[in-house]
Amino acid sequence: MHEYPVTKRIIAVASEFAAKNGIDEVKQINLVVGDYSGYVASSIELYFDIIAEGTPCSGSKLNIMRVKPKLKCSICGELFERKLFSFECPVCGGDGVPTEIGQEFYIKSIEV
Amino acid sequence: MAEENREIEIMQSVYDKNEQVADQINAELTERGIFAVNVMGAPGVGKTSSLIQIIKRLEGITPYVIEGDIEADFDTITLQSMGVKAIQINTGGACHLDSPMIGQAVKDLNIEKGVLFIENIGNLVCPAEFMIGEHVKMLVSTVTEGSDKPYKYPLAFEKADIIVLNKCDLIPYTDFDEEFYMKGVRALNPTAPVIKVSCTTGEGFDEVSKWIKEKANA
Repeated sequence: MHEYPVTKRIIAVASEFAAKNGIDEVKQINLVVGDYSGYVASSIELYFDIIAEGTPCSGSKLNIMRVKPKLKCSICGELFERKLFSFECPVCGGDGVPTEIGQEFYIKSIEV
Repeated sequence: MAEENREIEIMQSVYDKNEQVADQINAELTERGIFAVNVMGAPGVGKTSSLIQIIKRLEGITPYVIEGDIEADFDTITLQSMGVKAIQINTGGACHLDSPMIGQAVKDLNIEKGVLFIENIGNLVCPAEFMIGEHVKMLVSTVTEGSDKPYKYPLAFEKADIIVLNKCDLIPYTDFDEEFYMKGVRALNPTAPVIKVSCTTGEGFDEVSKWIKEKANA
């Protein structure tokens, strides 16, 4: 539900960087979105074209790189994707703790 | 042949603005001697009822409350009738509080020295993603929501500094599986205290209030 303001922010940041580099047309925005960031990539895409209108990002492609969350086993250190209703490490059966992997939400770059 | 794209690196969090404002609010509150608690939890878990129990036990520490709701101000009126300085934020639809909203509310409250409880919108998802200038996050969870909640809504449990497990007086009437619940909580969050409470009987709230007082005085 807060994808709308967030999409606005993405376009604002990309436009700022474009202006700083003397560029009036952004061809692609590379965005990294972890599945645990709470953002639905398809909703961001839905708003993107409408909000981008009239900005340097108008007509640019939104490239969303999704990251699957990984847990780190507190016993053997293995990084793994969790199964539903479980935090169990597939290697040793220990409990995995959350990591930063999967919580990303940043603008990696723009292509011009 | 089409010209090849040139890539300009940005590497900037989309949350940057919210986080900058949150840091400013946190610094300002700290300077004014205010300890801020971001109170999170699903609708109906007893966030306001928990605050009432905690505030009764704060002894000598001035409580302040910012109430976040999509609509209405019932909770603010309840708190004000207890003599608590409380103000209402109505987000008019937004599912969480963000730091610019709190920045304004903190200015409006014009407070000094004490504990500021910021009761977030009833929602187990979005509030955990947004810093609002708090020193700690308190999650109110309940036995009636079911013991699978840490598995279904991991972020709220991961980010919490203290978890208040409310409605414990109802355990005999539910199928709440404490072991399964705690296994999930501990996988996500090895350190936060989990305190069993009941807003109806008041049990557990001495311990919650003690934890807050210790953190606030630290």
